[in-house]
Parts: sequence; structure tokens; C-alpha cells
Amino acid sequence: MNPTLKIRTPEGIEFSFRLAGPVVRCLAWSIDFLITIVAIMMLNILAQVGGFISPDISQAVSLIALFVVWVGYGMFFEWIWRGQTLGKRLLSLRVMDAQGLRLQFYQVLLRNLLRFVDALPALYLVGGLASFFSRRAQRLGDLAANTVVVYNPKPAEPDLDQLLAGKFNSLRQHPHLEARLRQRVSPDEARLALQALIRRDELDPEPRVALFSDLAEHFKGIVHFPPEAIDAMPDEQYVRNVVDILFRTRAVDAKPSEKEMAVAVR
Amino acid sequence: MIIDLPRFIDAERPTWMALEKMLDRIEQEPDRRMELEEVQRFHLLYQKVSADLARVTTFASEPELRRYLESLTARAYGEIHETRDRAHRFRPLHWFLNEFPRAFRRRSGAFTLALVILFLGAIFGGFATMFDDDAKEAILPRQFSHLLGDPAKRVAEEESATSDRASGRHTYFAAFLMQNNIKVSILSLGLGVTFGIGTIIELFSNSVSLGLIVVDYVRAGQTMFLLGWLLPHGVIEIPSLLIAGQGGLVLGTALIGYGDRASLADRLRAIGPDLMALTCGFAIMLVWAGIIESFLSQYHEPFIHYWQKILFGVVEFAVLVWFLYFRKIADPEDAP
Repeated sequence: MNPTLKIRTPEGIEFSFRLAGPVVRCLAWSIDFLITIVAIMMLNILAQVGGFISPDISQAVSLIALFVVWVGYGMFFEWIWRGQTLGKRLLSLRVMDAQGLRLQFYQVLLRNLLRFVDALPALYLVGGLASFFSRRAQRLGDLAANTVVVYNPKPAEPDLDQLLAGKFNSLRQHPHLEARLRQRVSPDEARLALQALIRRDELDPEPRVALFSDLAEHFKGIVHFPPEAIDAMPDEQYVRNVVDILFRTRAVDAKPSEKEMAVAVR
Repeated sequence: MIIDLPRFIDAERPTWMALEKMLDRIEQEPDRRMELEEVQRFHLLYQKVSADLARVTTFASEPELRRYLESLTARAYGEIHETRDRAHRFRPLHWFLNEFPRAFRRRSGAFTLALVILFLGAIFGGFATMFDDDAKEAILPRQFSHLLGDPAKRVAEEESATSDRASGRHTYFAAFLMQNNIKVSILSLGLGVTFGIGTIIELFSNSVSLGLIVVDYVRAGQTMFLLGWLLPHGVIEIPSLLIAGQGGLVLGTALIGYGDRASLADRLRAIGPDLMALTCGFAIMLVWAGIIESFLSQYHEPFIHYWQKILFGVVEFAVLVWFLYFRKIADPEDAP
């Protein structure tokens, strides 16, 4: 298991980042290396074209371009993409300040300049070993720049719109049964149904059908809705309607006051 | 109670979305300054989301929501608790003209140490060549193999040349020198991460070669040639190497932290901008040195008088000393 970087804010809140290990970082570097090689090859082709005008200047430009791409690639992308190169972006990695603060340009510059040391004697042996033995998986460049490389999952806000949206719910045609359902369903059962809906796309088709079949059967056993309300309704839709009943009303009741909303969303 | 979760989400979602929107804007427009009201609102949203995260932390069954709130809190935390100057724009000229001499002066102790190491190395190299004829061959790196022979013979060859041997490849040679010297300097600075030991070794070994060559030419009676050859580019190149060494020593000192009660992270944080400025400085200096070495230093008498080259070198050195030590520099800005 990869180590994590835990940060505790002065407000006493703790959050964590999963640190990237040497292997995944090596993979990201390999991607960047290939991209750099392709960029250099293209620049060389351009320089050869320029060679018809002045071979001396063309060779000089080619040499400088090679150096600039080699040294500047990481700096450029990590700066404009806030800690990510193409390779890191593909593997969902990100360079960040070791204290969780804003990444500064000097940090990007330093960690990239120190690649010259980390790459010694060959194939990033020094950097790889440093990263392997470091508590925060830092190569020497990271250590000097006070940075770490973390996994960068882009967590999306939980999408409960489908559960809470005002789609037609035939079960609501029977308010007394609706109220009974709310009364009889325990919080644990409600949580189970909610989680099943939130994570439904992570399930394979067959287990998904089986799960919602079991859940629907369970809820049907708690409150018997008339057949016309549930006829031809798929099990998953049934569970969705149940969750809508269990959570929707309370959610509406719990809306923050207008004053509170105005302060928060002003 | 999980039964409160959707209610919680529904109630708090506007706050999260508002904070996320603000963060997106801050990240997209890093140079924009927020109004006081905006800052207050940002702080309020941050506190609310932090509080929400604290509440959600108790729900073991809600990892996605927790990760989402952690991500928001982390992004906002980075913006709110950051006290360092913003340095969003890449302004090499500004760094070179102002931040570079400022950093150089602030870390002048490390430069003095680098200078002492240079002198020690040069003295060692000089003595080595004076007392051991084989020292030159043993010490000089392979790239200086053309200097292994008799200096007087080389000078005679250079002065009798009837054509420009570097004709048609001056620009390439200048480019080669620039990138090679910058690489060496970056390595010298980077080796500071070995608690400065690597930097000291690198500085010392380069100085040994320098001392050896100087004494070799002086003993052969070729002092004017040597000065005319080395001064035009050397008065910039050698200080550049020393500045790179200065950076390495600053880094090493910060890592050791002797006599400094600040944490390692704080020490590194304190030297970071200076290292950046020093790097920017020596890189620009080495670009100049590469041009001069390729386009001027390689020409000798009778094509150009040595005194002219020496005068040029002295003027360059005087300007460099004025620039690094005495030039009035702009006050530090928020955004260098």
C-alpha cells in the first residue's frame, strides 16, 4: 500500500493524499521521455530545413532547442498545468507542495533542475533510490523543492440529482403508503439502497440486476403498494422511487434558510 | 445517521459549488487580486466546507463524498494559508536585473566560500603543475586535451594561423558552450543536495584545472596570451560557476540547518526563491560568456591585440562587480 501524506489544517481538519511510488512515477517519466524525444525529433527536422539557409545557425538552434526541451519540458507543463506533465496527467499524478500549499514556480524550477543529480549515474538511479527510501517517496529534487508527487483523482461531487430530481414517482400517488414506508424503513436499509444507487455503474450487469431485484423484493415486503402503482416497473426503478420517497421530503424540509444561502452563495 | 446524508448534501451543496467555482477562478486567473469582500466570502466558504468535511469524516460509508470534500478543502487550504509571494509570471529579465543581485547579496557568504574553494583548488592545481610534470595529464579532463601540450607551441600555432579555423561554426560553438556550461552549473548547484559536499568537490575540481592551466601558461611566458584568451569570457564564466556553487552551498547549508531553529521545510522554503534567482542569473551570464568565447576569445594576435581583449575583459568584470554589488535594485515586489 502506498504511503499517504496527511495534512492537518490550523482549523483542526485533516485531509490526506496518496503518495505516488517510484514505479508509477517511472511510468509517467517514460511517457514524458517519449514525448520529449518526439518533440526533439520534430525540432531537428525543422532545423534541417533551416540548414539550407545557414548550417551553422541551424545546428546551433537545434542544439539549443534540444537543451531547452530537455530542461524546460517538465518546468513548462508542471507550471501551466499546476504540477502535471503529460505523463503525470495520463497517470493521474500531480506535483504538490509538501505542506499542501500553493505550488510555487521556484519549486517547479528546482525539482526539475535537480533531475541532473537524480538522473546520476544513469536511468535515475539516485532519484529512484532516494524515492524508494524516502518516507514521502521524494527524489532529491522533491526534497530540495519541498514537493511531493501524489495521486490526483478528480473527485466529482456525488451526483444525487437522479435520486432527488422531480421525476414522476408512481409510489407518491399513495401518500399513506409513502408515509408508512418512511416510518418502517430503518436508516441502515435506507443507506443500503442509497449506496446501491450511487454505485450502480460500478456493478457488472448480472450482479446489478440481482442486487436491485433483492432490494426491490425487500422493500416490497415492508410496504405493499397496489399493483397498478408498481406494474411493469423494473426493480432498479422501484428502488430509486423508494429512495426518492425516503430522502426527498426530508431534503426539501431541510433547505437552509434564505439568509444562510445568501451568505454562502452570494 | 445516514438518513441525514441527502439532506446534508442538499443543504450544503450550494456552499460546495460556490467554493469550487471560486477555486476554479483563482486557478484560472492566478494574477487576479480579490476584493476584500471576495476574500471574506472565500474564507467563509472554506470554513463551511472544512466543517462539512469534519462531519462527513464520521461516515465511513461515504468515501466518495469525503474525497470530494477533502479535495475542495485541500485546494482552498493551499490558497488561504499560502503566505509566500505570488510568482505566477515567468519574468526572466526582472529576475536577472533585480532578484538575481538581491539574492546574490543576501547569500554573499556562500559566494565568498565558493571563492575560497576556487582559490584553494587553483593553488592546488598550480602547485601540482609546478612540482609534477605529469600532473597536467593526470588532472586535466579529456575535453581540455588540446591544452596538454607546450603552451608556447600552442600560442605560436594560434598566432600563425592564416585563416579562421572556426569559420562557419561560431554560432554552433557558442550554443555548445552555453548549454554545456549551463548544464555543468546546474549540476554544481544541484549537488548541493548532498549537504553541499558534491558542490564543494565540483568547484574544487574545476578550480584545480583552472589553476593548472594558468600556472602552465605563466611559466611558459605566455601571460599576455593567457589573459587575452581567458579574460573576455572568463570574467563572466568563472563568476557564473561560482554563483552556481553559491547556490549549491546555500542549498547544502539549508539541508544541514546548523544553528537554525526553523524546520527543514521552512529552511528550504526560505531559500527557494533565491536559488531560482541565482539560477536565472548564472544561466543568462553563461549565454553571454558562450557568445564572447566563440566570437572573440578564439581570435588572437595579430588579428586582434591582446591588450584590446584584456581591456574588454576588465571592463566586463567592472560592470559585473557593479551590477552584483553596487547597482541600485528595485524594491521587492509581490509578484517577481
